[in-house]
Amino acid sequence: MSLLSAEGLYAGYGGVDILRDTHLRVEADEIVVIVGPNGAGKSTAMKAMFGLVPVRRGQVVYRGETITNQPAERMVSRGIAYVPQEANVFPSLSVTENLELGAYVLRGSNVPRMERVFEIFPRLKERRHQQAGVMSGGERQMVAMGRALMVEPTLLMLDEPTAGLSPRLIDETFERIRGINQLGIGVLMVEQNARQALAAADRGYVLATGENRYEDTGPALLANPEVAEMFLGG
Amino acid sequence: MIEIIQLLINGILLGSILALGAVGATMIFGVLRFAHFAHGDFMAIGAYFALTVVTVFNLPVLAALPVAMLLTGGLAILIDQVVYRRIRRVQPVILLIASFATALVLRSFIQMVWGGSNQVYQAGIQLPWRIGPFTLKPDHLLIFAAAAGLVLIVHLFLSRTRMGKAMRAMSDNMDLALVTGIPANRVIMWTWGIGGALAAAAGVFLGMDTRLHPVMGWTLLLPIFAATILGGIGRPYGAILGGLVIGCAMELSTLIIPGTYKPAVAFAIMVATLVFRPQGIIKGNA
Repeated sequence: MSLLSAEGLYAGYGGVDILRDTHLRVEADEIVVIVGPNGAGKSTAMKAMFGLVPVRRGQVVYRGETITNQPAERMVSRGIAYVPQEANVFPSLSVTENLELGAYVLRGSNVPRMERVFEIFPRLKERRHQQAGVMSGGERQMVAMGRALMVEPTLLMLDEPTAGLSPRLIDETFERIRGINQLGIGVLMVEQNARQALAAADRGYVLATGENRYEDTGPALLANPEVAEMFLGG
Repeated sequence: MIEIIQLLINGILLGSILALGAVGATMIFGVLRFAHFAHGDFMAIGAYFALTVVTVFNLPVLAALPVAMLLTGGLAILIDQVVYRRIRRVQPVILLIASFATALVLRSFIQMVWGGSNQVYQAGIQLPWRIGPFTLKPDHLLIFAAAAGLVLIVHLFLSRTRMGKAMRAMSDNMDLALVTGIPANRVIMWTWGIGGALAAAAGVFLGMDTRLHPVMGWTLLLPIFAATILGGIGRPYGAILGGLVIGCAMELSTLIIPGTYKPAVAFAIMVATLVFRPQGIIKGNA
């Protein structure tokens, strides 16, 4: 049984389908990346699975349970955490408060959860009293991922986690994502830095105009000359 | 000099009342993105709730305060769920106009139930204390203390409790709050409850200081909005500061211009803030 799967998704805004018969699947412990040109519906696909874009046809299944079009609150309670691409921290709140709110749907003490996040992102522990809004782009990305990890998810959804980061930070971010994955957390991400993302991923999907084009392991997609020519810029 | 200090004392008193109204208005703006025009009338109805408790049970005003806060907070939640909730998904301007209508309904309701004439909590004259050259009414000290206590409670709520942090988070970034799993409707209900309760306290204090009248809150709405904008829209701590500044400015202005222009002073500060520092003293999220 897959951790998360989407079958024949038709979804979009205001009656216009951006996704057409899209299917995706994430196994537990897997890193899956969605790549493709701008406007391919990559982010929409992830949002539709998380219930942020209404799905008109098709279904989303999480551990055998249909979760199509459910409110975010329910997704998070099930163990699916989502990190948007932009505006993904609460700027006027401190790092600690950002993290605490990540675990809003959970009961019990936040201390052990926060310690775990600080182990992954030691930098956040140093800056835990800082307002998230005044931090650098890289640090904000850590806060955003840390916030999502606070809910002890089984699946982490990341929308372009390396957008706007320097090359050094991009490498670091992919390394962290692999580290998070090794803790037993499935990762589904959308990426513009397609080559590096595919290199870091177990499997990848190439989406174009809302439809599945290719689906293979990360290295196989990288080695595929058609994919390279059409979607990875030669 | 003595006159200035006396006016500052009056200004801080008025400022505390404005601050309590402004904190609620700014929190409602932060979470729901609209200027709540019925906020002044929440103040008025809160003051009248207290009046009923005072006259029916023959209690001191301060004992009636918690009852009035509870009733007004409950009323605010009720009005939100019945009126505002249905139109929350459309443009904020529709909410603004709906709140204008709510204000009219509340004011008419007050006139219907309690009548349109001036009323007071306690008949008779309260002798002011003379401290050196200054005068201070015992009621004023009560108002200072109670307002400071309420502000402290709000601060602890916002900075220490899960719900308070969720409220600040929603005010900061609504979309992220939703994907984090923060239950929007519950946070909104808490916001109304607290905003309504604080407005009631402001109304009761205003009634203690002056008198009760159906338009008592409406006339303070402009200075409250001015305090909200000056403090940075959506910023509770800014609203407190804004309230105190506007209150003092309004009282001090009587040194140079007639007292009837006090609201105009608040308006002038509001316009100046919007022109020169629209983000407010403490950066707001308007």
